[in-house]
Amino acid sequence: MTTASLQYPITDPETATIEVSKYVDKWRDQEGNLIMILHDIQDEYGYVPREISMELARDLEVSLARIYEVITFYNYFKLVPPGKHNVTVCTGTACYLKGSANVLSEMETQLGIREGETTEDREFRLETVRCIGCCGMSPALTADGKTHGRVRSSDVTEILAGLKKEGNGK
Amino acid sequence: MKKFTSCSDLAKYRTEQKLAVSEVRVGLDTGGLAAGAGEILGIIKEGVAEADLPVVVRRTGSLGLAYADPVVVVKQEGGPELMYGEVDSGVAQRIVSDHLGKGELIQDHVIATRNRATEFDDRPTTAILIKDTGVNGGDRSKFFQASFEQEVEISTLDPKVPILRALDMGIYDEGLCVQLLPSGVTYSNVLSPDIRRIISESLQNGRVIDELLVKDPDPQVRIVLRRCGQVDPENLGDVLAHGGYAALESVLSGMSPDDVIEEMKTAGLRGRGGAGFPTWRKWKLTREVEADQRYVICNADEGDPGAFMDRSVLEGDPHAVLEGLILAAYSIGASKGYFYIRAEYPLAVARIRRAIQEARVAGLLGDNILGSGFSFDAKVRLGAGAFVCGEETALIASIEGKRGSPSPRPPYPSVRGLWGKPTSINNVETLAAVSPIIENGGEWYAGYGTEQSRGTKVFAVTGKVKNAQLVEIPMGVSIRTIVYDICGGVLDDEDIKAVQTGGPSGGVIPEKHLDTEISYESLSELGSIMGSGGMLVMDEYDSMVDVARFYLKFSVEESCGKCAPCRVGGYQMQQLLDKIFRGRGKVEDLGSLRKICRAMQTASLCGLGQTAPNPVLSTLRYFEDEYQAFIEGGSAYARKMRKQLAEAGEQAG
Amino acid sequence: MIQRMIKATINGFAVSVPAGTTIYEAALGVHTKVPTLCKHDDLDPTGACGMCVVKVAGSGKMPRACTTPIEDGMDIITHDGELNEIRRTVLELILSTHPNECQTCGRNGDCELQTLAGEFGIREEGFKRMIKDIPSDHSNGSIVIDFVKCIKCGRCVQVCQEMQDVSALSFLQRGIDTRMAPAGDILLADSPCIKCGQCAAHCPTGAIVENDETSTVWAALRDPEKYCTVQIAPSVRVALGEEFGYEPGTNLTKKIYQVARRLGFKAVFDTNFSADLTIMEEATEFVQRFVHGKGPLPLITSCCPAWTDYMEKYHHDFLDNFSTAKSPQQMLGVMAKTYYCEQMGIDPATHYQVSIMPCTAKKYELERTDEMFASGHQDVDVVLTTREFARMIKQSGIDFINLPDGESDSILGDYSGAGTIFGATGGVMEAAVRTAYYFVTGENMPDEAINIQPVRGLKGVKEAELEIAGNKIRVAVAHGMANVGKVLNRVRKAREAGEELPYHFIEVMACPGGCIGGGGQPYGINDEVRRKRITGLYEDDRDRLLRCSHDNPEIQRVYAEFLGAPLSERAHKLLHVTYKARQVYLK
Repeated sequence: MTTASLQYPITDPETATIEVSKYVDKWRDQEGNLIMILHDIQDEYGYVPREISMELARDLEVSLARIYEVITFYNYFKLVPPGKHNVTVCTGTACYLKGSANVLSEMETQLGIREGETTEDREFRLETVRCIGCCGMSPALTADGKTHGRVRSSDVTEILAGLKKEGNGK
Repeated sequence: MKKFTSCSDLAKYRTEQKLAVSEVRVGLDTGGLAAGAGEILGIIKEGVAEADLPVVVRRTGSLGLAYADPVVVVKQEGGPELMYGEVDSGVAQRIVSDHLGKGELIQDHVIATRNRATEFDDRPTTAILIKDTGVNGGDRSKFFQASFEQEVEISTLDPKVPILRALDMGIYDEGLCVQLLPSGVTYSNVLSPDIRRIISESLQNGRVIDELLVKDPDPQVRIVLRRCGQVDPENLGDVLAHGGYAALESVLSGMSPDDVIEEMKTAGLRGRGGAGFPTWRKWKLTREVEADQRYVICNADEGDPGAFMDRSVLEGDPHAVLEGLILAAYSIGASKGYFYIRAEYPLAVARIRRAIQEARVAGLLGDNILGSGFSFDAKVRLGAGAFVCGEETALIASIEGKRGSPSPRPPYPSVRGLWGKPTSINNVETLAAVSPIIENGGEWYAGYGTEQSRGTKVFAVTGKVKNAQLVEIPMGVSIRTIVYDICGGVLDDEDIKAVQTGGPSGGVIPEKHLDTEISYESLSELGSIMGSGGMLVMDEYDSMVDVARFYLKFSVEESCGKCAPCRVGGYQMQQLLDKIFRGRGKVEDLGSLRKICRAMQTASLCGLGQTAPNPVLSTLRYFEDEYQAFIEGGSAYARKMRKQLAEAGEQAG
Repeated sequence: MIQRMIKATINGFAVSVPAGTTIYEAALGVHTKVPTLCKHDDLDPTGACGMCVVKVAGSGKMPRACTTPIEDGMDIITHDGELNEIRRTVLELILSTHPNECQTCGRNGDCELQTLAGEFGIREEGFKRMIKDIPSDHSNGSIVIDFVKCIKCGRCVQVCQEMQDVSALSFLQRGIDTRMAPAGDILLADSPCIKCGQCAAHCPTGAIVENDETSTVWAALRDPEKYCTVQIAPSVRVALGEEFGYEPGTNLTKKIYQVARRLGFKAVFDTNFSADLTIMEEATEFVQRFVHGKGPLPLITSCCPAWTDYMEKYHHDFLDNFSTAKSPQQMLGVMAKTYYCEQMGIDPATHYQVSIMPCTAKKYELERTDEMFASGHQDVDVVLTTREFARMIKQSGIDFINLPDGESDSILGDYSGAGTIFGATGGVMEAAVRTAYYFVTGENMPDEAINIQPVRGLKGVKEAELEIAGNKIRVAVAHGMANVGKVLNRVRKAREAGEELPYHFIEVMACPGGCIGGGGQPYGINDEVRRKRITGLYEDDRDRLLRCSHDNPEIQRVYAEFLGAPLSERAHKLLHVTYKARQVYLK
């Protein structure tokens, strides 16, 4: 998924119809498909646009209430578009003990946002996740899909600079 | 991969397989990849191709040695199977040029095997690993190596045996240690005068020196992890060559579902997700409910922060889990099954999906498996970032496309589960243990462990420990053994304060109880739980109040919010703990904490709320003085502690 | 099938109950009530509040009495010191997220949370109060949601999603951030809400209440320029008494007439009259379609505004099947501002028509379309729910209980038995059939057939095959919105397959039980209350001299003097509406 392919917000219901059937058709006859469909949409757009939710409700014959209940319950699904660059700091136990809180706090300071937020210019989004399973290299974080291990708060400047230089995030 | 249409068909294929004689395996799991194992594999593959060496280079799963990622295993004809750790691009190139090319092992990177021999076979010793495993400052390895090399030089040994420093010996605090390869005979507490003896007696005459011999075997018994690090998780053929699906074969060629359940009963396997419910009983209960459809689900929503046992098995040996699921389905009478995998594990998802694909093609999944008449198919369903979905009824709700809120029980999922049908939900580790039980017999499995807790358990040991890794031990081994004898002891040789088990549902076990033999019952009595296997080591610099806060914050963030005791209780507890941690706590706050704990334990709807108080209660039980210190010390003390923790965090690791 | 009996002990008392009985139900059998908060008789228990935990000897766990089936040999303790302490803590936790504003809350004095806190003798705040800052939602006009009072019991969401199949309400986010909100996190007015008010009727706190318009009515009554009149719905008379200590179902019609006059209304009308009027129009419509083929079948009743809203949003393939007859409320309003004003020489511009309804959706109906202004003015000016009316009476200083009986006005005030049963599910159907029978055969139904039993009762979908002069008429009655889909789908299937219609005439009421179970009725609804209120209405019917709408002399007069005949041009102009498809979401 490249940032270039993100189109948000979607204002054309016609396009929304075409987009949604692409995902729904793949899963239409399968049971337990709602979360799988939302994953596909989340992966494609980086969030779940409202128009898509409405179209999904129509297509799947599931109430919009249910779709929003599910989107807002699970951490994975977002209602707002992502940033150009996305940083996810692991706050699992091993990472926490080895100082991921310092790393997170440094990220928050440098970016000027709290965890779960996106910068005003939509350049950066900062998240936390509980354990990506790299406990041997704690503290760990992922930046635009790449995992960094044994991160110190002093490394934050470099990591952020590296992201900006790379241009579009993955 | 061909399609197998009968058990004998599969058996025949298996006998025709030969394992590679010379191969290099690179541990490609999420941890390994994050450390660069992907590039390492590429470098070695290229190097071997260029040098035109008859060596197979392939991926494998994690060996569990997280502290040493990337890990590479080299197997050569006539030689020992050697593990290399902390392999960077330079070491990778040298593996090709020096080890494969010239038979020269690489200094400072070998991880000695823990399968130590107590006597020599007829192979001469071709290399010696040494390491100073003592604790107190100064690594004498180099000096010792020099002495040893000198002695070898002046001896009559021909050819001269190389002496190499190992990365890790697998023995700790036993002075200078020596391992002779390829036999694996290991000596500890070796002193300089012993070198000559070793050369003359062991090297020249093939005799073991009893006083120096390390006799105690490694306490680990790798049953669940048996093939992790051996097989290529993305190649069914390789898995079959290593004995995969032998259990399915024997079950489908002559065992009834009741026979399988009986074997599981003898084995005494209990749910490894943490609840410890006897697996045979869950299967039997599900089987007994009359229904036109039953389901089995593999619970791969390993949400405990700091636990990566399930991830390692899913990435390292997905077919073991799949086979277990098929056997579970057979026993229960389920024709459909699901893997519910957390979305934060994309590699595990990919490998399980691939394993399912391969199994379908091979006829091990789908209609009429191996011509037995039993049909079963499995699909993957993803989680979406909700720890509570590891709870059975919440997991079911999630697959059904709803919010992951638990439902009241009874009725239990075995009676009314997924889409109202009888469902058995089993943990990854539980399922991975099923085929060895069938292959070797329930009695064999029950031979390990304790009376009430049979078999082995995988633990992910992390925190202030020297060598964070996966450990699989029979129940009954003590925590101290795990931390010190297997994982090398506490980081920077600090004093251990406590070990936490069970993640956010568990409790701390203080130093004085570390000799407790691990079992479901013993951990519960101490105020903790077995949990899924996360084990966190904490030293003197870790604040118990902060640890309780950390786990509680997690539970509060992951609470589904349906029931008031957990939703509000957890939040109010968090406020109180934060207040105490900021130095603004009062003595009455401890009473309030305990009151909320009791209400949450009894009145929460599910295990998340019921066990969320455990870290608080257990730290209060053993470390109330730390709470008191905050209360009495006020903001000044709090500020001091925060600074100390921040600094310790920066320095550690 | 012989039910297996379970033997157990509760607080030392032996119980023997059928298998499947919950601990809570079994305890009721030995005169013990386990405290509950989220539980409601209408809904499947969810185990959300945690108040009903009990002890079972031999187990460390404390199961929830509301969801756990009792098992053989269980030895249960429902009340002891420790349980009380735990329940108290849970209640204190709930209260810590609830604002401390009873005195200024719409549920003051009639609130389940308040009552429970009182029972537990809560005297101090156990925990720090954490109230979120969420603005309340007044967008809808019928229902007001004050989110900060919500205790997340889940009843409203269950009611809206499962009982009513509307899914206008939902739970968003999770953990401590869990909040009840309209679907998609929009304003209620922009959501699928059909304003049935069942959420308000089931809410245990002041989080969801009716839009209180009593001050508007007081202002009107005290305005010397206004000529205030009132109409009383059928369902009000058998439920209003509950607010004053009467048994549900007690028929207080005459007392209500009296109190209305005492409050200052210049005329007291009865919606039962216009129910008769609705029947005249609708039965004629039915006969036109069924006998003379002048319109599509099945004919579907339309007096329930929550139902018309639902139909316009979700089932607009049935738009033409709707009876175009207005609801009794609207018919009475337009008649009051035309016929009545003419008769009495009142300037309709000064006429202020207040309607007392069991229903919150009626507030919405007032301005639903331009046709609600057929008199040249807003036909009905304001709707008060039964609860609001009760509050007005209490505020007025009138000793309601001891009031003597009064009378309604002679114009637009008298009614037949058919009119009064409108409030019960199946009542509209029964009333319509009685008159349709007469229209077709020229005779009234024989006594033994006039109580049409198959359409009575609380079953979700009731079906009957009736015979009128050799014609077989298949009817269906559905109440509770979730039951409507089944009925309509059967018709759709038959249409598609080109088969005979499964039904010719369908009655739909959004609220379970019919209007007597409306969203604006006194709190504490359950099936027992519904049955009592329904019985009250059928007894009113049984005791009336005139059982059929067409026999009502006032109705006959109104047609003779004013309307001409049912479906006349004037009748069409004043008493009929049109329908159109509506968007489900406005945002």
